[in-house]
Amino acid sequence: MSLLFAALYYFATLVLLGGLAYRIRGYARTPAPLLIPTTPAPTTQTGVVLRMAREVMLFESLFKSNLWIWGLGVMFHAGLALVTLRHLRYFTEPVWGWVALVQPFGTYAGFLMLAGLAGLWGRRLLVERIRYISTPSDHLMLILLIAIAASGLMMRFVTHTDVVGVKSFFLGLLAFNFQPLPDDGVLYVHLGLVAALLIVFPFSKLLHAPGVFFSPSRNQVDNPREARHIAPWAAEMEK
Amino acid sequence: MAGPEITAPPYRVIPIVPALQPEAMAHSKPFVANEKINEAIGFPGKLAENWQETHDAIIAKMGELLKKYRSLKVYLDACVHCGACSDKCHYFIGTQDPKNMPVARQDLLRSVYRRYFTLPGKVAPALVGARDLTPEVLDEWYSYFNQCSECRRCSVFCPYGIDTAEITMAARELLDSVGYGQKYSNEIIGKVHRIGNNLGLPGPALEDTLQGLEEDVKEDTGVDVRFPVDVEGAEVLLITPSADFFAEPHIDSLIGYAKVFHAAGISWTLSTKASEAGNFGMFIGNYDQLRKIALRVREAALELGVKRIVVGECGHAWRVAYSFWNTLTGIGAGANDPFAVQLQKQLDHRYKQPTHICELTWDLIGQGALQFDKSKNDKYVITFHDSCNVARGSRMGDFMGGQFEIPRNIIRTVASHYVEMDEATIREKTFCCGGGGGLLTDDLLELRVKGALPRMEALKSVVDSDKVNFMATICAICKAQFTKVLPYYGFNRSMVGGVHQLVSNAIILGEK
Repeated sequence: MSLLFAALYYFATLVLLGGLAYRIRGYARTPAPLLIPTTPAPTTQTGVVLRMAREVMLFESLFKSNLWIWGLGVMFHAGLALVTLRHLRYFTEPVWGWVALVQPFGTYAGFLMLAGLAGLWGRRLLVERIRYISTPSDHLMLILLIAIAASGLMMRFVTHTDVVGVKSFFLGLLAFNFQPLPDDGVLYVHLGLVAALLIVFPFSKLLHAPGVFFSPSRNQVDNPREARHIAPWAAEMEK
Repeated sequence: MAGPEITAPPYRVIPIVPALQPEAMAHSKPFVANEKINEAIGFPGKLAENWQETHDAIIAKMGELLKKYRSLKVYLDACVHCGACSDKCHYFIGTQDPKNMPVARQDLLRSVYRRYFTLPGKVAPALVGARDLTPEVLDEWYSYFNQCSECRRCSVFCPYGIDTAEITMAARELLDSVGYGQKYSNEIIGKVHRIGNNLGLPGPALEDTLQGLEEDVKEDTGVDVRFPVDVEGAEVLLITPSADFFAEPHIDSLIGYAKVFHAAGISWTLSTKASEAGNFGMFIGNYDQLRKIALRVREAALELGVKRIVVGECGHAWRVAYSFWNTLTGIGAGANDPFAVQLQKQLDHRYKQPTHICELTWDLIGQGALQFDKSKNDKYVITFHDSCNVARGSRMGDFMGGQFEIPRNIIRTVASHYVEMDEATIREKTFCCGGGGGLLTDDLLELRVKGALPRMEALKSVVDSDKVNFMATICAICKAQFTKVLPYYGFNRSMVGGVHQLVSNAIILGEK
């Protein structure tokens, strides 16, 4: 079983990193031939960085749209961020000081994450127009995340797994020095689902995470009269 | 128009999100362009007899577009179906057809993208909502991608900035590439190339019209306000939508521009070669056409030797001029092909190139070069409809949001009674008039009437509360659309007009 999970995690990491690199390279290499920032847009590069920061950290546009989706989205994403940071302790020895600081928030953030996910799924099931636009994969993605959060919280608050063993397993993976994984069903479920999440990331709507940084309507400077913006394939037409 | 009589949808008692009415607008389709129209602008005349040929051509073209447009590639991948955009489209609000929700409209194309270009769509199509391209899908595209006015309202609210306009443009480009184009837009593009403007008004007729205008204004004011055409060496070349030459109420704004130039002593000219600001190349998402139509302006500017290029009241035209002209033609700074360099040397760079007529008028007001008698507009209680392409696809002045403030400042300078409509329907959140993006055609009248609902609700509210009797706007399409649909909502069609119509009423001509 330990070997199986070791292989699974190497595979998942490769797919995640390779897949994301491939996607990001694709986005970066595809030209944006016209300036299409959604205006009013910043007129300087600094302004664009700030706009993007507000978009990524505060979900500014979503806030303008709908407070329910915004609130639930923030709960889930903030919860996930804290939980992920907390999990760094299983991959670092000694544990970094700031990760130790996050620890108490990170454990309870799991509930925040779960509540956000449940709310988002509720919307998807109950609001007619959101139900209309949902595909099976939209539901499955939420179920996957809910199962990850629930199995994680279970180990933290109910069945306690051998975290020292888990940590030595992952440190072993990082150092290519295999250590056994504690024999624990809930842990297997949790780790299996997380690996699945890593694997589907580059093939699914989770691409919204890198995608937002490449969105021309958000990352372009509004300066068309001052500087000429032209794609290589469009410049060919000038010759 | 044969068929059932069109009536406006009722105002919503509480403006909540309407219940879905699936397929409510599935019957809505504009006339298909005929062979002659399509071939004149370089598209295949009609759909191939053999479906497989059309199918393969579309998939190949989609692959090409995915390599050329980052917007398309990122937007097709990034959507998470969160629903932020789902209640933001005026066509959805007015028709309740769920396929008019921006996300659902995108999914009409995204489903095919997933099937042919992504791994999950290839192996498990049902799971991710992927589907094969079939003749029925193509017809669905034709119907619903001609129910989007490319107004970008959805993109304001999307957490990833996904702009349905970009998806619609790509879909129309795909349809055109296999001979399934829309008559209205493609016919107009042909006219621009053949005659010089969207309305097909030939040079001599234009000269005649303008001469008539000079006489009218003389009769009205006693002042010799000129409407010059093809005058070499004029300082300003005015590029304005051709509707300004004879449509009501557009023409009153043209008179306003002429009076501003006259009062400020700026020499100006129109061009018979580029007697059109509109650029329908954008509506059909075709870069070649977008560029060719824009290049007419550069050629006219070079021929006439003007120092400044000024654009009249037109929404998408200003987006194209402000955001795209520099890219397409080197009007602006930074191009290095010989013609653009020649143009750069010729233009006066103390001024923004191009300049919106509102920027020009507001600058002149700031310099104290124009005098007004505000009382001439006292009969009006005015509100301002932000035109979608100006609001969300362009700017005026030197600061973010100048496109909202400058027209309002002008109105407040020339008139005394000004009222804003509901915050949620103005500035960046403005609703499209319902006729933009190549949909201003009578074969789509039902869609246009229904799509105007959110704007009409906001207007009704200020009519009731503040006795508003004039809605000013700076777009030829908005003016034409409202003139047509206002009566369906019980309003007088003459309630709509241009900002420069108000300027025209109040400006004091002659010696100061």
